[in-house]
Amino acid sequence: MALLATHNLTAHYGDFQALFGVDIEINEAETIAIIGANGAGKTTLMRSISGVLRNGPEMVRLEVAEIGSAPADEIMAQGVSMVPEGRKLFPSLSVEENLLIGTYGRKIDGHWTLETIYDLFPILKERRNSPGTALSGGQQQMVAIGRALMSNPRVLLCDEISLGLAPVVIKDIYKSIPKIKAAGASLIVVEQDIGQAMAVADRVYCMMEGRITLSGRPDELSRDDIHNAYFGASH
Amino acid sequence: MIWIDTLVQGVLLGGLYALFAAGLSLVFGIMRLVNLAHGDLIVMGAYLILVLVTLLGLSPFVALLIAMPLMFALGWGLQKFLLNRTLGDDILPPLLVTFGLSIVLQNALLEGFSADSQRLPTDALTTASVSLGPVTVGVMPLLTFASAIVVIVGLNQLFYRTSLGRAFRATSDDAMTASLMGIKPSNIFATATGLALVIVAIAALYLGLRANFDPSVGPARLIYAFEAVIIGGLGSLWGTLIGGIFIGVAQTVGAAINPEWQILSGHLAFLAVLLVRPRGLFPRAHD
Amino acid sequence: MNTYVVETRTRASNVTAILGTALVIALILLPLYAGRSTIQDMFFILTMLVLAQFWNLLAGYGGLVSIGQQAFVGMGAYALFGGVILAGMDPVPAILLSGVAALVIAIPTAFFAFRLQGAYFAIGTWVIAEVFRLLLAQWKTLGGGTGTSLPRSATKDMWFVDAIKTLLDVKTSAARDILAYWLALLLALATIGGIYWLLRTRRGLALAAVRDNTEAAKSVGVDADRMKWMVFLTSAFGTGLAGGLIYMQKARISPDAAFSVTDWTAYVIFIVVIGGIGTIEGPILGVLIFFALQSLLADFGSWYLLSLGVLAIAIMLIAPRGIWGLISERTGLQLFPIRRRLKGGQLDNLED
Repeated sequence: MALLATHNLTAHYGDFQALFGVDIEINEAETIAIIGANGAGKTTLMRSISGVLRNGPEMVRLEVAEIGSAPADEIMAQGVSMVPEGRKLFPSLSVEENLLIGTYGRKIDGHWTLETIYDLFPILKERRNSPGTALSGGQQQMVAIGRALMSNPRVLLCDEISLGLAPVVIKDIYKSIPKIKAAGASLIVVEQDIGQAMAVADRVYCMMEGRITLSGRPDELSRDDIHNAYFGASH
Repeated sequence: MIWIDTLVQGVLLGGLYALFAAGLSLVFGIMRLVNLAHGDLIVMGAYLILVLVTLLGLSPFVALLIAMPLMFALGWGLQKFLLNRTLGDDILPPLLVTFGLSIVLQNALLEGFSADSQRLPTDALTTASVSLGPVTVGVMPLLTFASAIVVIVGLNQLFYRTSLGRAFRATSDDAMTASLMGIKPSNIFATATGLALVIVAIAALYLGLRANFDPSVGPARLIYAFEAVIIGGLGSLWGTLIGGIFIGVAQTVGAAINPEWQILSGHLAFLAVLLVRPRGLFPRAHD
Repeated sequence: MNTYVVETRTRASNVTAILGTALVIALILLPLYAGRSTIQDMFFILTMLVLAQFWNLLAGYGGLVSIGQQAFVGMGAYALFGGVILAGMDPVPAILLSGVAALVIAIPTAFFAFRLQGAYFAIGTWVIAEVFRLLLAQWKTLGGGTGTSLPRSATKDMWFVDAIKTLLDVKTSAARDILAYWLALLLALATIGGIYWLLRTRRGLALAAVRDNTEAAKSVGVDADRMKWMVFLTSAFGTGLAGGLIYMQKARISPDAAFSVTDWTAYVIFIVVIGGIGTIEGPILGVLIFFALQSLLADFGSWYLLSLGVLAIAIMLIAPRGIWGLISERTGLQLFPIRRRLKGGQLDNLED
């Protein structure tokens, strides 16, 4: 059975429908990537899974539990943790406090502790007492990832973690992904940067206009398939 | 010499105003909510203590220990079931609902306790005074001031040393992202208002011990609290104490010149600060 | 046929115009067939309506939630008493002085209060009103803290009173009430007409834009600060006129009464919230409900205010647009339409 799955997931912003029956699933210790152009519905999908947007209860399942209508704090407590788009560090909290608050709703003994996060991103230990927002974009992204890992989640949702970062910084951040996988979490990586996503993912879903247009293992998918799924066949 | 005395009395009075203001400042800092019923809640707290003192024959200080958890529960419920529903981008609902609450509380107290002035019973200790160098100060004002310091130190410890404090600050920064940390913002807000009403209970004790109160005195307490908060700079607790002292000194100095000018001088001092430093003396860096 | 016509009128508003004219005529003639207590009740309703319309202009249209309107009522009232007692003016023209005095103190009030945002603006206006109350309590010539009355000579020989006495064949006291009633009616009609006119002009549009989104309004060239000043001063002037008129009728003043936050701001806020904030119809409906409740619950003392507060809280939570909002939503009824609608041209076809 899949660890986490969406079933015929729909989402609306007022009268605007953003998702049209999306089905994805992720297994234990698997990494999936969700790629698609701006406005394809990737972030909406993440917001729906994490509980920021509420849906019908049966639309999202964590193993057998129907969590589609649960609020974000309850979903987090059950082990689905999100690195939100735009990092969203708390400006009033120091780097270390930003990490510590990641355990507020879920305190589970596991691989990830302050120590192991500092091993993963040593720069954060040096900057531990700075305000979170005083850091560079890349370092802030590290804090945001560390913060989400602190609760030892079963599923880690990474929403556009390369957005707005320089290529060399993106490479640095993505270096941490295999270590995170090795520690046991399942990952959902949302990316516009197809190359990075394909490199880390076991399976890929491609989204366009609120629908899944393609899915499969990275080595099964041709460039043309992806191009069509990404931009539509008419291009 | 009389001026030193006036100044000291003013500073100590500021402690009382800081107690009035701390709860207001706390709630504003966390959820940007200004509770217009704050002053009436202080008066209600004083009546609650009075009832406990009268019914159970307790000392007011022991009654406070019972009143504090009751007030916490009241604040928690008030926020969770009423005020949380008013939070949002529109400033009208929280303002109008808390204003309505203020009128409701005043009239409920009037109905329950009549318009007669009340006072909490004092004993020898609380009416005593001590000589501090050239000036003589009452034990009660000293106790009030010390309580204000304890409350502010305690709140700062809570804010910067505990997991709950981190959750308060995180929710204040960004409630949506806080919920991704497993924080339930509605509960955090409820806890904050509960805590604010615990401080309100402490303020109510001193309000009732130091002077007469009746159901109509709440709004004036709200105004003093508000002035202290604005003078101190929004969200800064030590600033709130300084703001309270500022108002307290202005009032005692005004009263020393002409007793009818006490309240007026406090308001004018507030307007003067607003003129020179519109964001208060210790504004928060980000807001 | 493809030309657009911008219209703000609706069929309901045409009916309103006809019924409204009839109602106005009936109200003008009211002293001919109504007793003195009805006239006094109507005076109360009309003056509260004026206060409510101006608070609604501030809060409902301008987004400026003031809890300090009693400053302008009190100042207007004291200006009238000052004009009559100190300068020997006739009370009727002294009402204009009330408006001017309120306008004058509104300038420094706005200067201070506009430094505060949102809720703090609200309490700021309250503090300033307290300052004016405490200052006027120091003015011993006008009775200091205990207050004073209008001299009998001034109220007896008021303009128009003799004319009304002869015209309607009533006593002096009744004639004074009728005069106050007619002035209140004039003020209420001018207020509603003036606000309706304002909201339909370009400035009214700009006002709505500022309320909905200050930043966006600025980006399309609306001077938000100037709009706020204009609304605040207009509202102060009108509130001052009402204050002068109310205290001309009462003929007795004290700082605590004239600057009462309950009488001149709390009631007014409840009227607007219950009736429907942000509409012209709301305060009209609100004042009628308010008066009905007051008549029903008058014997229950503080229970009356208590239930008014509970009602206002409930409405704010359940139907934030008030009772008129509910009616308007269900029926689409608009007596004072402000929204502009395109008629004719392609749009109609698109809708089909």
